[in-house]
Amino acid sequence: MVRYLIRRVLWACVLFIVVTLVTYVIFYLVPNDLAAKVAGQGSSQAQRARAIHYLGLDRPVYVQYEKFLWRLVKPVPVHVAGVPVFVRPNADLGRSFVRATPVNDLIKSAAPVTASLVFGGVIVWLLMALPIGILSALRPRSTLDRTSMTFVLIGISAHPIWIGLIFAYVFGFKLGWFPISNYCDFFNADGACGGPVQWAYHMVLPWLTYAILFAALYARMIRANVMEALTEDYVRTARAKGAPEARVLRSHVLRNALLPVVTMLGMDIGIGLGGAIFTETIYNLPGLGKLLLRAIGETDLPIVMGVVVFATFAIIVFNLLIDLLYAWIDPRIRLS
Amino acid sequence: MALLEVNDLKTYFQTDDGIVKAVDGVSFSVEKGKTLGIVGESGSGKSVTCLTIMGLNAAKNTITSGEALFNGENLLTAGTRRLREIRGNDMAMIFQDPMTSLNPVHSIGTQLIEAVQLHKDVSKKTARARAVELLKAVGIPRADRRADDYPHQFSGGMRQRVMIAMALVNDPDLLIADEPTTALDVTTQAQIMTLIKRLQENFGSAIIVITHDLGVVAESADDVLVMYAAEVAEQAPVEKVFSRPHHPYTWGLLGSLPRLDTDLERLVQIPGQPPSLLRPPSGCRFHPRCPYVMDKCKQIDPPLTPISDDPAHLQACHLDEETKDREAAKLLEVTMAQAS
Repeated sequence: MVRYLIRRVLWACVLFIVVTLVTYVIFYLVPNDLAAKVAGQGSSQAQRARAIHYLGLDRPVYVQYEKFLWRLVKPVPVHVAGVPVFVRPNADLGRSFVRATPVNDLIKSAAPVTASLVFGGVIVWLLMALPIGILSALRPRSTLDRTSMTFVLIGISAHPIWIGLIFAYVFGFKLGWFPISNYCDFFNADGACGGPVQWAYHMVLPWLTYAILFAALYARMIRANVMEALTEDYVRTARAKGAPEARVLRSHVLRNALLPVVTMLGMDIGIGLGGAIFTETIYNLPGLGKLLLRAIGETDLPIVMGVVVFATFAIIVFNLLIDLLYAWIDPRIRLS
Repeated sequence: MALLEVNDLKTYFQTDDGIVKAVDGVSFSVEKGKTLGIVGESGSGKSVTCLTIMGLNAAKNTITSGEALFNGENLLTAGTRRLREIRGNDMAMIFQDPMTSLNPVHSIGTQLIEAVQLHKDVSKKTARARAVELLKAVGIPRADRRADDYPHQFSGGMRQRVMIAMALVNDPDLLIADEPTTALDVTTQAQIMTLIKRLQENFGSAIIVITHDLGVVAESADDVLVMYAAEVAEQAPVEKVFSRPHHPYTWGLLGSLPRLDTDLERLVQIPGQPPSLLRPPSGCRFHPRCPYVMDKCKQIDPPLTPISDDPAHLQACHLDEETKDREAAKLLEVTMAQAS
C-alpha cells in the first residue's frame, strides 16, 4: 500500500511537470503584444523594453520556467512555537503580468466559486442520473426508458452554452424565478447578497446548466452498467437464494454496477475544479473558468499557469482519493 | 407421492424473431433421496426446464404451461412471494460457473449468512455459525476464518464448494445442480461429484443433475432423462440407459464418449448441429441427424412410449424394437470389446 502510494505520488509529479511545461511552451508559441499591455498603449519603446525586463520575459524560456517551478516548490520551513518542524512547498504562483496582484489571491477567491458550482452540480447530476439510469435499466424499452433516453440524447447533444442561455432566458428573465447572474458568498453576508440561502438561490441555474450534460452521460452509463449487472450469474444466484427483488437490486446489482461510476466521478470532479468555463461565463460567476478565460485573453501567463497548476493538483488529488476509496469498496483491489 | 412431479412442462420464450420453444412438453418425477440426471447437448432445454421449476426465467417474455408439483404444490402457478419462500429453502440450485456465480463484492460468509437469514429469523451470529458449519461440511479448510474471504480468493473448485454449501445451508428437499462440474478441471470434477453424493446421503435431499457428461450420470444418477431439442428422447433407470439404450440419439451420446483404452484418432460424433428451436424440424426432431431415418420420421413426431417389456423405460423413436435391441447390443459389444 505504501509502495503503491509512493509510486502514485511520483507519477503525479511527472504528470505535473509535463502539464506545466507544455502550457509554458504553448504560451510562448502564441504571438502576443504583452509589452504594450503591461506598459500601456501609449508607452515608448524604452518603457516597453523595461517592462519586459521587469517581468523577466527577456530571459530564455527555460530560465523562466525554472524560476516559476522553484517559486512553487521551494521548501519553506514551518515553525511551531518558533521551532522549524517540517517543510512545505512555497506554493507561490507569482504575480499577474497585467494587474500585478498575487495569483495566489486570485485563485483563492475564485476556487470557492468553482467548487460551489462543481460539488453542487455533482449532487444535482447524481440526483438526476441515478433514478433515470436505474429505472430505465429495470424497464428497458418501456415508455419511461424511451422518454428518459430521449432526454439523455438531448442532454448530450445540447451545448452547455445554449442550455445556459435558454435557462437564463426562460427561468431567469421570462419567469423570474431565479437570478441569472452573480455569485453570493456562502459565509459572508454582504448586504442582501450572502449566506447559504442566497448562495443556493443564485446557484440553482448554474447547477442545472452545469449538471445537464453530466446527468445525461451518467444516466446512460448507469443504465448500461445496471443492465449488464442484472444479467450476471451472481444476481441469478441471489434470486435462487430467495432474495426479494429490492434486495437483489440494492445488495447485488447496484453494489457492482456503481463501481465504475465512482471512478468517473473522481475524474469529473477533478476536471470540473479546473473551471467550468461555459457555465461561469454565462452566469457571470467569478470562478476559475472565468479567471482563466480572461487571463488567456490578456495573455496573462502567471494566472493561466496558476489555474493549470490548481486544476492539475485537483485532478491528481481526486484521482488518488478515488483510488483509495476503491480499495475500500472493491475487495478485489484491496489485497492485490 | 413424488417430491417433484413435472407434467407436460412447456416453456416458450417470445423473441424478436418469433417464439422459441425451449421446453416442449417434458414430464418426469423425482423421488425423495433419489437423483435424476438430465442429459443433452447445449440448447436442448435442460437448464431452462430447471430454471422454470425454480421460477427464475424472466417473467416478461416467458410463456409457461403444464405443472410442476413440488410436495403437491404447483410451482408454476405459485405467487412470487411463495416462490421466494421455497427458493433457497425447500429447493436450491447450484450453477454451472462458480467463477461468476458468487458476488465479487461480498465475502462468502456474508453471502451464506444472507441465504440463512432470508428464510430463518435468526441472529447474524447463529446464521454465521450455520454458514461455517456448512463450509466445513463441504470441505473448506479453516472455514471459520475463510468465511471472511472474498470469492476471488478461492479457486474454482473451492468456489463450487461454497456454492454447494450455500445451496444446502437451509437443508433443502431438492437440490438442482446445473452442470456443477463443467467449468472445473477433471480431478476437481470427481471431488465435487463425490461431495454431492456424500452430502445427499447426509442431508437426504433429492437431486437433479443437469449435465452433458454421461460419466457424471453413470456415477450419480438413479434415473436418466435424455433431452433433445426441447423434448424427451429417452427416459429410464440409469442402468437401462447404459445397458439397453433405445434411442439413436442416446446411441450417439454413448458412442461419442472418449475412451482411454482405444487408439481412435477422433471421437465418434453425431453429425450435424442441434436444430433451431425457433423452427424445429417436422416429425421427429432428431431425423435430420439420425442415421436410421425413415420416411415416417419426417412426418410424425414419435410419442414417448414405454418399451414392450419394461414400463419404466420410455423412448420416443419409430424404429422397431428388434432393430433397436440389435443396435444397442452392437454398441454394448463394442464397448465391452474395448473394455476387455
